[in-house]
Amino acid sequence: MTKRASDVSGSPPRRRSTYTLAPLVLIAANVVLFALFFVWPAVIGLVYSFTNYTGVGAFQFVGLDNYHNLFGDSAFYDALTRTLLYAVLFVPLNFAVSLLIANVLVSKHAKGTSVARIIFFIPWLLSPIVVGVLWRWLFGENFGLVNYFVEKLGGHAIPWQSNADLSLLVVVMAASWAWTGFSMLLFIAAIKNVPVSYYEAASLDGAGPWRQFFSITLPSIAPTSFIVILLNTINAMKEYPVFVSLNNGGPGTSNNLLVQYIYQTGFQRGQIGYASAASFVLMLILMAVAIIQLIVNRRVENR
Amino acid sequence: MTTTDTPRRIDADPGRPVSKKRSRGASSGGLRRAVPATTLLWILACLYGLPVLWFILSSFKPAGDLFSYPLTMVPHHPTLSGYLTAWRSANFSQYFINTTLVCVITTILTVGASCCTGYALAKYDNKWLKAFFICILATTMLPGEVMLAPEFLVVRNLGLYNSFAGVILPAVLTATGCFMFRQFFLTVPDELVEAARIDGARELSIFLRIMVPLSRPIMLTLAILSFQWRWNDYIWPLLMLNDPDKFTVQIGIQSIVGAQNINWSVLLGASVISMIPLIVIFLVFQRYVMGADINAGLKD
Repeated sequence: MTKRASDVSGSPPRRRSTYTLAPLVLIAANVVLFALFFVWPAVIGLVYSFTNYTGVGAFQFVGLDNYHNLFGDSAFYDALTRTLLYAVLFVPLNFAVSLLIANVLVSKHAKGTSVARIIFFIPWLLSPIVVGVLWRWLFGENFGLVNYFVEKLGGHAIPWQSNADLSLLVVVMAASWAWTGFSMLLFIAAIKNVPVSYYEAASLDGAGPWRQFFSITLPSIAPTSFIVILLNTINAMKEYPVFVSLNNGGPGTSNNLLVQYIYQTGFQRGQIGYASAASFVLMLILMAVAIIQLIVNRRVENR
Repeated sequence: MTTTDTPRRIDADPGRPVSKKRSRGASSGGLRRAVPATTLLWILACLYGLPVLWFILSSFKPAGDLFSYPLTMVPHHPTLSGYLTAWRSANFSQYFINTTLVCVITTILTVGASCCTGYALAKYDNKWLKAFFICILATTMLPGEVMLAPEFLVVRNLGLYNSFAGVILPAVLTATGCFMFRQFFLTVPDELVEAARIDGARELSIFLRIMVPLSRPIMLTLAILSFQWRWNDYIWPLLMLNDPDKFTVQIGIQSIVGAQNINWSVLLGASVISMIPLIVIFLVFQRYVMGADINAGLKD
C-alpha cells in the first residue's frame, strides 16, 4: 500500500506537481457552484422523479409510476408536440433570416451597414417579456397595428390571439425577430473569416453571387451554422417567457410549452416528483438533439 | 517569417489599385450593385426597427389616444403620463433598484469566477482541469430551466429562498464566460508566465498582477453579456422571490400583463423604462459587443 502511494505521488514530474494547488484555487469558486447548483439538483431531481414528493413532508418511492403517468397524460403530449412544432418552425426561420441579414451586412455594396447593424441588434437586448408585450401590442386582435392595416386594405381582422396556430406563429415570428441579433453576429464573424481569395478565384471562373454563396460561403461557415442551430434548438425547447407575456400559452392551454407545463405541475400544483419526471424527459430530448447534431456535423465535415 | 509575409503583401497590394481602376471605369456597374443591396438592407432594417419604433412612439400617447382610430404613428399630444404612472405605481422604482442590485452583483461575481476558471483551464494542465472543462461543457447542454423543480429545492434547502442570494448564486457559473476567458488566455504566450516564474513570482500573483489586467477587454464584453442575461431573466427570479418588495422589473411587467384588464398605458411606459438601461449600455460599449468574437466562447 505505502509503496503504491509513493509511486503515485512520485510519478508526475516535479514541475507539474508544484502547480496543482494554484489552478485548484482558481477554479474552486466555480467547482463549488457547479456542485451546488448543477450536480446536486441533477441527482435529487433524478431521485424525486421516482417519488411522489410534493415539496414538503415525507414522500414515498413509486417506481416508474411518474413516467408511466406522464406518457398517458394528454396535456404532457400536447405540450411536447407543441414545443417540437415551435422548435421546427423557429429554428429554420431564425437561421434563414439571420444568414440573409449577415450576408447583406457583410456585402461591400450595401450602404449604411453600421447603423443597420445596430437596428438589427437592438431586439436582442429586449427581455423576452418585453418582446412578448411588444408583439402583443402589434398583433392585438382589436387594437393592433397589423390588424389595423389589414382592415384598411379591406381584409377582415385576423384572429392572432384566439386562433391557436396563428398565435403560435406570432410567437415564432417574435422569437426569430428577437434572436436574430445574436445569430447574425456569429454569422458575420464566420463569413468574415472566409478567405477572400476563394471568392476572387470563383469570380474569375465566372461563378455568380448565388453560386458563390452555395459553393463557398455555406460550406465554409458550416461549424458556425451548427452552433447556431444547436443553440437555437436549446433555446426553443426551453422557451417560456415570450409565450407567457404574449398570450400566456393561450388561447386556453393550446400553446403551453414544456417548461410552462413543468412550472405549472411543479409549482402551482406542487407535484414536484411528477414535474421532475417531465424535466428528465426534456433533458433526454436536449441530449438527443445535441448528440444527433454532433453526429450530423461530423459526417458533413468528413465528406 | 518575413519572407512568407512579403509575397502576400505584394499579392494583396496590386489587387487594390486594379479594383479602384475598375470601379472608376465602371462606376455605373458599382451603382447597379449598390442599389439592390442597399434597398434590401434597409427594407430588412425597417422590418426590424419599426416594431420597436411603434412601441416607443405609442408609449408617449395619452391613455385615451392609444386605441383611437385612425391610428397615428406620431402621437398628437405627446405625454409622459404613462411613464410617470408606471414609475410611481406598484413599486416599480423599487423593482428597478432590486434588478440593478442583482445584475451588478451577479455580473461582478460572474466576471471574477469566469476569469479565474478560464485562466486555470488555459494555462495549467492536469486531468482534474480537463474533467472540469467537460463538466462546464455539459452545463451549456442543460440549461437551468430543465431542472427547475430540483434546483428550487436545493436553493430552498440552502436557506436562500426569497433572498437576492438565491437569485444571484445559481447564475454565477456560465459556460460562455469560462470559454471566453479560456480562449483569450490561450492567445497569451506561455513565455510571459515562464518569465514571471523565473523572476520568482508566485502563481497567484502572476495571475492577479499580469493576467487580470491583460484581460480587461474580455471582462467588459462578458460584463455586458452577463448584465443583459440577468436583467432579462424572468423565470428564476419569479420562482425565488416571494416578497413583492424584492421583485425584479421583469416580474413587475409580467404582473401588469397578467392582470384581468391590461392597462396598456402603464404597460408601455414600464416596458420602455425597462429597456433603457440595456440600450444605453449597449450604445456606449457597442464595439465590445459587436467586435467581440463571441464565437470563440461557444466554438470550442
